[in-house]
Amino acid sequence: MLRSATTWILVGQRLGIALITLLIVSFAVFFATELLPGDVAEILLGQAATPEAVAGLRTAMGLDEPAIWRFLSWLGGLATGDLGMSYVNKMAVADLLSGRLMNTLRLAGIVTLVCVPVALALGIAAAMWRGSWLDRLVSVLTISVISVPEFMVATLAVLVFAVWLDWLPALSFGVDVDSLGDMLRAYAMPVISLSFVVSAQMIRMTRAAVIETINTPYVEMALLKGASRTRMVLRHALPNALGPIANAVALSLSYLVGGVIIVETVFNYPGVAKLMVDAVSTRDLPLIQSCAMIFCISYLALITLADMIAILSNPRLRR
Amino acid sequence: MDQPLVSVRDLKIGAKTDSGREVEIIKGVSFDIAPGEIVALIGESGSGKTTIALSLMGHARPGCAIHGGTIRVGRHEVTAMSERQRAAMRGTELSYVPQSAAAAFNPAKRIMDQVVEITAIHKLMPREQAEAKARALFRALALPDPDTIGHRYPHQVSGGQLQRLSAAMALIGDPALVIFDEPTTALDVTTQIEVLRAFRSVMDKGAMAGVYVSHDLAVVAQIADRIVVLKNGMVQEEGATEQILHAPKHPYTRQLLDAFEPVPHVPLDRPQAPEPILTVQDLCAGYGVMRDGVPAAKILHDVSFRLERGRNLGVIGESGSGKSTLARAIAGILPAYRGNLLLDGKELAPLLQQRSKDELRRVQIVFQLADTALNPAQSIETILARPLAFYHGMTGAARKARVIELLDMVRLPGHLRHRLPSELSGGQKQRVNLARALAAEPELILCDEITSALDTVVAAAILDLLKELQRDLNLSYMFISHDLSTVEAICDEVLVMLKGRVVEALPAARMSTDAAHPYSRLLIGSIPQLDTGWLKGLEQDPALIAQFAGR
Repeated sequence: MLRSATTWILVGQRLGIALITLLIVSFAVFFATELLPGDVAEILLGQAATPEAVAGLRTAMGLDEPAIWRFLSWLGGLATGDLGMSYVNKMAVADLLSGRLMNTLRLAGIVTLVCVPVALALGIAAAMWRGSWLDRLVSVLTISVISVPEFMVATLAVLVFAVWLDWLPALSFGVDVDSLGDMLRAYAMPVISLSFVVSAQMIRMTRAAVIETINTPYVEMALLKGASRTRMVLRHALPNALGPIANAVALSLSYLVGGVIIVETVFNYPGVAKLMVDAVSTRDLPLIQSCAMIFCISYLALITLADMIAILSNPRLRR
Repeated sequence: MDQPLVSVRDLKIGAKTDSGREVEIIKGVSFDIAPGEIVALIGESGSGKTTIALSLMGHARPGCAIHGGTIRVGRHEVTAMSERQRAAMRGTELSYVPQSAAAAFNPAKRIMDQVVEITAIHKLMPREQAEAKARALFRALALPDPDTIGHRYPHQVSGGQLQRLSAAMALIGDPALVIFDEPTTALDVTTQIEVLRAFRSVMDKGAMAGVYVSHDLAVVAQIADRIVVLKNGMVQEEGATEQILHAPKHPYTRQLLDAFEPVPHVPLDRPQAPEPILTVQDLCAGYGVMRDGVPAAKILHDVSFRLERGRNLGVIGESGSGKSTLARAIAGILPAYRGNLLLDGKELAPLLQQRSKDELRRVQIVFQLADTALNPAQSIETILARPLAFYHGMTGAARKARVIELLDMVRLPGHLRHRLPSELSGGQKQRVNLARALAAEPELILCDEITSALDTVVAAAILDLLKELQRDLNLSYMFISHDLSTVEAICDEVLVMLKGRVVEALPAARMSTDAAHPYSRLLIGSIPQLDTGWLKGLEQDPALIAQFAGR
């Protein structure tokens, strides 16, 4: 399909907006962490520290410099891949993060692969046969899953599958992963718990978006041309519902990077969210900032991607 | 006599209201259509004409269901068929031309894909053959660039073209019966002629039967062989077109025809006021980003006129001519960037916020759609009380008494004040809309297409009301409309607008005889007449159409 020049201008603008947003967010992240109570030097040296020792450490860590200067050098570091040193264990933040990030992305990737096709299929099917038993079943299930908090789902999953049935390991990490079967077993429970939370929203939003386009005159026109229900929905309604569906999927998936702390805790899964909570308790500012930036970047990337899909699927911008 | 192509017997269709109540909307309708015959279903909104037309295809809109009776189309008993059998029949044996082609074309797909879709669904012919046939139909329907227009997207062609393309979409499967659902209602009059002509010629050539749904007797007179008059889901009268037009039997048919009779406007005989109520001098207005005091999209260009106190000014023109923009600029909603507005000889600020409360009170605007102009969550009393409190500081019992008085002025019973807008009929809502403007005690009312969405009989009653109010309250109206007969019925002077300019100003009473500008003549000549030979006998200069008609 041909795209007009305006389409690419719009896509470029959207990318530009994303970059500006990122800059503003980084500013907010840096100064919000500055506001955290407590002084790193005092915490590191403990209660017995003399004022001189604290002052010395502050100078050594560069905490004396003006905040805006520290912000700029931090930003410069971010841009070049230098995330700074952890205050607490003197390791490069990048090294601390990389392993955890891989874990989080692996989990998020598996959940995405499982969830998105299932959720889209269920959402579209529920819209297609609106009011049927399938639609009602899907509606009841999604509402119940949305209303049950995820720690409940996770805990129940552990209770049933690990404790009573003893099919799956209760902890997903630290288990020896020798074969594909082992890996599936290790990831099964976190994936199930996260899928429940993430897909419920996707199903509901997809269903609503498709139903909205089904109620348009051009879908009725397709019916009056003799089109089958499948053709009406898949050929006529769905292409016009792509934008809202992409946004619903992006919003749900963005939760997988930053919002999974409870599931990571229950299954003792060493992801980024858990790392950030640990960093907050030790006032490890560089680590907190980097984690926050990762959450923001992943969120922004998903939303920007969804917006671009919406722009590219807008027929009015086609030639 | 031949077996009729379509037989509808005692058709009953029910609908479920939002409150879950069952109502019968079609109450035992019967009629026949012979092969090759075009039958018009005519009636006002809510008469069930579209519902009946759709039921021929075995389709009922969500919430509606066929409750009784039989529909036979060709060999098929539509009422007894399964959904799958009905789908097989749709598009091949009978097809549908929608009211708004702009909404009925899928924005995401190319026109050609949608026009030939019927042949793909029913596997009628290979794609190349279908496209060749579509191009032949485009030619027959007098569409421009018939070889390439199919490659475009729906938003890239005009409304009149889309309407003809939707006819091509309906005709591609060679149906025995085509259903036209108000296909020209949304079009401008000059465009309507072209579309009607195209429909007429392909229907004559193909010897197809047709159902033509419309509220406009004059349009129907050009195309139908027989007319079925409907009201409240029942057939009032049925007969040949000539008989319905010239010898109607049913009083309701006569009422419909009477609404067509022009009611000449008699200006009020009052001493001339020294100053005109409104003087507009070289007014320019537009939308978009302002640069150097000039907006990006200029709509109005140097509009000038005077409106004497107690007189009415009509503004006519087709969609996009700037009629509504003119009203918005005078009301100050869209500030003019150049030119002067004088109210009673005194300068009026362009921007609403810069005008005094008294100036605001003296000029009121009434919008076209009462449905969207009245807050659906507020009772009529709340809606009318707001301007009373704002302009006159009225409260309590005095305000309540005034609300009842206002309702009485627009001939509505006082107890309606407790209702919500959704609980009123279309005509009642438009009266409330008018009463809200009257609450301010204005001197000038800007009426923006206030009768366009109403049925003819209801609209005629609103016009009578406007005249009465003018006599009692010494009002002046600026009356915007695309319908020349309503303008003729209420206005003294008429401005003809084209592309944001006034092309001609002339007395309303002598509009059809005195019009000098070619566009005014084209516009006035394009209004369908209650005469079956009007369209055939109509001769228009193609150069003139090419120059002015908006297609």
